[in-house]
Amino acid sequence: MLARNAESLYWIGRYVERADDTARILDVSVHQLLEDATVDPDATSRQLLAVLGIDAPGDASFDVWSLTELVAYSSDHAGSIVASINSARENTRGAREVVSTEMWECLNAMYNAVRERQAYARVMGPHAFFAFVEERAAMFAGLADSTMSRDDGWRFLVLGRSVERVDMIVRLLLSRVADKASSPGWVTVLRSAGAHDTYLRTYRGAMDASRVVQFLLLDRLFPRSVFHALRQAEACLEQLDHQPTVRVGARAEALRLLGRARSDLEFLRPHDLLDDLPRRLKALQATVRDVGEAVSKQYFHTAPWVAWTNAEVV
Amino acid sequence: MTRSRARTSGLRRTPARAVARLGELFDGYLDPARPHADAYDEMFGEDSSVRSAYRALYDSIAPSQVAELTARSEALDRAFVDQGITFSLSGQERPFPLDLIPRVLTAAEWSKLERGIVQRVRALELFLADIYGDAQIVRDGVLPRRLITSCEHFHREATLLKPPNGVRLHVSGVDLVRDESGTFRVLEDNLRCPSGVSYVMENRRTMARVFPDLFARHRVRSVGDYAVHLLRALRNAAAPNAADPNVVVLTPGVANSAYFEHSLLARQMGVELVEGRDLFCRDNVVYLRTTEGERQVDVIYRRIDDDFLDPVHFRPDSVLGVAGLLNAARAGNVVIANAVGNGVADDKLVYTYLPEIVQYYLGEKPLLPNVDTFRCWLPEERAHVLDHLDELVVKPVEGSGGYGIVFGPQASTRELNALRRTIRANPRGWIAQPVVQLSTVPTKVGDRLAPRHVDLRPFAVNDGNSIFVLPGGLTRVALPEGSLIVNSSQGGGSKDTWVLAARSSTVDRELAEPGLATSAVESPAAEQGPELTTSQQQQQQQQEKGA
Repeated sequence: MLARNAESLYWIGRYVERADDTARILDVSVHQLLEDATVDPDATSRQLLAVLGIDAPGDASFDVWSLTELVAYSSDHAGSIVASINSARENTRGAREVVSTEMWECLNAMYNAVRERQAYARVMGPHAFFAFVEERAAMFAGLADSTMSRDDGWRFLVLGRSVERVDMIVRLLLSRVADKASSPGWVTVLRSAGAHDTYLRTYRGAMDASRVVQFLLLDRLFPRSVFHALRQAEACLEQLDHQPTVRVGARAEALRLLGRARSDLEFLRPHDLLDDLPRRLKALQATVRDVGEAVSKQYFHTAPWVAWTNAEVV
Repeated sequence: MTRSRARTSGLRRTPARAVARLGELFDGYLDPARPHADAYDEMFGEDSSVRSAYRALYDSIAPSQVAELTARSEALDRAFVDQGITFSLSGQERPFPLDLIPRVLTAAEWSKLERGIVQRVRALELFLADIYGDAQIVRDGVLPRRLITSCEHFHREATLLKPPNGVRLHVSGVDLVRDESGTFRVLEDNLRCPSGVSYVMENRRTMARVFPDLFARHRVRSVGDYAVHLLRALRNAAAPNAADPNVVVLTPGVANSAYFEHSLLARQMGVELVEGRDLFCRDNVVYLRTTEGERQVDVIYRRIDDDFLDPVHFRPDSVLGVAGLLNAARAGNVVIANAVGNGVADDKLVYTYLPEIVQYYLGEKPLLPNVDTFRCWLPEERAHVLDHLDELVVKPVEGSGGYGIVFGPQASTRELNALRRTIRANPRGWIAQPVVQLSTVPTKVGDRLAPRHVDLRPFAVNDGNSIFVLPGGLTRVALPEGSLIVNSSQGGGSKDTWVLAARSSTVDRELAEPGLATSAVESPAAEQGPELTTSQQQQQQQQEKGA
């Protein structure tokens, strides 16, 4: 398929997932700020911004509302929900012939509704906006699932989504590493990942930080776990590689990076997980960045721009 | 009230005969004091009777309530915004306003137009082949040589570049207007990258959703198969050694005002939509950059102007084009559609010579007349133009999109003086035409229907064997009262254009065609899962008090 379209699909996958997950992460923090009177709103907000990689203006003191303005509504901060929606839609507009009309209309209607939903959420509270973003992202995923052929285009979309999911679950966990093991915040983390019911069934109701982290990082069956997302990304890359003739190791750099990160997690003793958790999460983040670069180098060869000024015509 | 009366009094069958009985939607429609009152109205005739083409439409619309029409109109707008059917104007995305009331052409009117357009395209094909070949028409003294060589869009680079199947006008758009007597005249030809066909298709799709009952009462010829014809023409254009030609659509990119159209056509044809940076040339062959490496391209349906197409031959600073494209075409390794240099045939001064061109190549009289035009480069005609500037419409020969046009009757003395100097300095650059009162069609303006001026751009596709004209075309409507400028960049909207099917037409033959299966197909009812709770269980569950 056309390299530019492949790149667009990869980024559509990433941006939609990013909007979705940012809404989920923010939802947890907003609820904590509202429900727990003991937290310092400014410090907690700044910590969250640092985890999301958004530059915080130094002068202002943050509260729930200004945090939501910045992370959710502001369109000039790359990384905000609205900015992710805009980018997803812009990428789809440039790749209309490789996404289905339903998928395009889903994103376009979402983009058109943002302003109205924002105004509504400013009155009714930010959860209304987060719920809107999560619903639309789910709708997009469903439409992609039922309308896209399982060809390379689909693989690039899923690859982008999986890579972003690893990155965002890591950020979600990073935003909570300062919490106590018994903090009620861990329940909210599970809820925000849509993992609460499954977790309860899996661990028979036992709730502690180590199990929550274990579930979100290592679970083989839960689709929003880091392990599952890594394996899915790996599978996409394997299928994209049309000449798997290599006999030693992995031919492609991206595949090698993903495989290594996956097996690191796979063969880790579960009770060692909490030791050194921040370092482990940082390492995963670095892997995601390197994978992105490797994929772009292998598949999205962009042409260097050549100036033809004063060309001699013969 | 109007509605119930119309329903019971049989107004549906017998059309209204007088202004007073037009119904509230048409209140004041035929006001004699309206601007351009002598323009031809396509719905109402001289004595305010409804013309036959519009009778069924009028009978459906006239009894409707304003609120109903407004609701439908809003539904149209919403559908367009959600589907992203927009054009960009100064960097902003806007929906192209679609008016609720369709424009109707009878089978007889259309067949006349169709023949005229086909004749015109045939003549222009021969003209282009000649101009970029031996230029026999110039040698024979029918056209002056400097008419051609002074044309901005005449490209010597395209000389002797002969397309494999001889077609240069894969797609043409002919702009037609209807004068005061109801006669269709050609206002200009668009032979480079005519745009607007996507609106024809999308207008129809959206109207059918919003106004199903109107379609049920008419037999409207379909516009849905345009892409099939276009793809056939593009594949036929490929060099004969390309067994399964790889066709692509070349777009300037998402910021272009017609991007939606480029993307729609690519999707409907099932081919790649590419930008210049997705292509490259090596050894006079054009390749596509794909995730699996490079793939050769055989036919490029380009929606980029000649000037930007190839930085090696044309504008060297172009970032939209592909370096080496023209050389690849000259080497016969790729076909560019529409061909490079077609602009020489839609130059507005060359246009004035069309009767001579049709006569020279086909030995026929043009079936579609031009609008009377004064050529400023001929001294006598220039003198006339300069003396009557305040009565004429003056147009630059290179312009498009309605830019640069001066309406004499509305221009100030200062503007006219400036124009006079401009014309004297560059007489080749200007033509002048009397103000044509474009025909009017009822258009929804606020709470009622009012006459607004329209033009028509039908699209013709030449696949080398025959010329297909898409039934109808794009009707553009000037929304401001009294305005005669229909361009979308100047506040124009569009209308769905209906060509009614003749009694014994292809439509009937298509309807008569049998389906896949001849016998009725019966299937068992869809399966159901087991009953989860029997009614007896439910009863007992409810009776049980619980602990």
